[in-house]
Amino acid sequence: MASEKGVMLLDFWVSPFGQRARIALAEKGVQYEYKEENLTEKSELLLKANPVHKKIPVLIHDGKPVCESLIIVEYIDEVWSDKATLMPSAPYQRAQARFWADFIDKKVYDCGSRLWKLKGEEQQTAKKEMIDILQLLEAQLGDKKYFGGDSFGFVDVAFVPFTSWFYSYETCANFSVEGVAPKIAQWAKRCMERESVAKTLSDPKKVYEFVCFLKKKFGVE
Amino acid sequence: MEEAKGEEVTLFGFWSSPFVHRVIWALNIKKIKYKYVEEDLSNKSALLLEHNPVYKKVPVLVYNGIAIAESLIILEFIEETWKENSIMPQDPYEKAVARFWATAAGDGLWQFFITEGKEREEALTSVINNFELLEKELIGKNFFGGDRIGYFDISVGWISYGVPIFEEITEFKIITEQKFPLLHAWMEAFSNSELVRDTLPLREKLSERYRKVWEATMQKKN
Repeated sequence: MASEKGVMLLDFWVSPFGQRARIALAEKGVQYEYKEENLTEKSELLLKANPVHKKIPVLIHDGKPVCESLIIVEYIDEVWSDKATLMPSAPYQRAQARFWADFIDKKVYDCGSRLWKLKGEEQQTAKKEMIDILQLLEAQLGDKKYFGGDSFGFVDVAFVPFTSWFYSYETCANFSVEGVAPKIAQWAKRCMERESVAKTLSDPKKVYEFVCFLKKKFGVE
Repeated sequence: MEEAKGEEVTLFGFWSSPFVHRVIWALNIKKIKYKYVEEDLSNKSALLLEHNPVYKKVPVLVYNGIAIAESLIILEFIEETWKENSIMPQDPYEKAVARFWATAAGDGLWQFFITEGKEREEALTSVINNFELLEKELIGKNFFGGDRIGYFDISVGWISYGVPIFEEITEFKIITEQKFPLLHAWMEAFSNSELVRDTLPLREKLSERYRKVWEATMQKKN
């Protein structure tokens, strides 16, 4: 990569992981170039920037690539530290923020995928798991405005892109997020009042269209 | 040994866990005095389950009554709580690179160890690609952290004993001095360092444990 000054984000429109990076950049008011990747035909730039996983998002800052969405968000928070701080300052709170963001990383997308990929008994198992995940996260949120407390923080950024997938999860597995985790549903609405979130998140109906496309592709009825 | 007034540090671990080793190394670099509790993973203690209800795993660090789980998160907590003998780089980009390799370095190694045929070939390709990149990270440095062992080294440190053990059991050499001179040198320097030498369980004991796992896995397949 040439040492071009500036910020570029290699991404895919509906990726919740890419959206984390976009939201963080928006919160910080960082100007950047967005490059949409064709995931069935990955660009030379992507393969060079992320030779290990060959995945988006990749943030390229002054020619240097940063991979893995949560690492990208922490990097953005550390470099553009003058505004909209996302990580708490105390070590224990930082550990907690990293723990729950990591939990979301380990659980949500994978379980969500099983909701639309599977049927019958297996789908029911995935549904129960998703409800458990949502309720565990709800317990973490409690009565706070955001996971970060009064201010929109790291865990909020980590989780909020998945809220536009709620409609798909609900439709495929026949349940209601509001029904099983009302505080999470309210939190999702609050987040949408933030410009960074509203401008970044995909329309839930478009996400559902994408899920249906994936279902066809994987031969799921 | 650093022990401020009223500071109580306990580490719940298991002797062979590479995740636990990371935390032990970090605590030792920082010269933090701590109590170690060996868990029986087939019969986890009530305390462990109370401190890590989400995953119920080791390592868990308990500091003045509060619990932190997940080895890499514990490492960053240790760095931020005890300021002396820093293990993280200062530069945000270097931090991002270290954090990336902390999880990616081991990719494919376990699959290489416990699979056969085409699956193993694929895993090996991935492992070799990663090691080639890691080799580049060592250019001009003694350790991934620079002059001293740091977060990057201790996060990927299990490779220094894991790979030789896997190589021995599978009878397949991955890291040779010719193919990966810097990585090979790093493995020697890291394993022989005062920090690691005195804290690692006996190589034979570790090797025996991995061999048992390998045999059990191979048996299940055949």
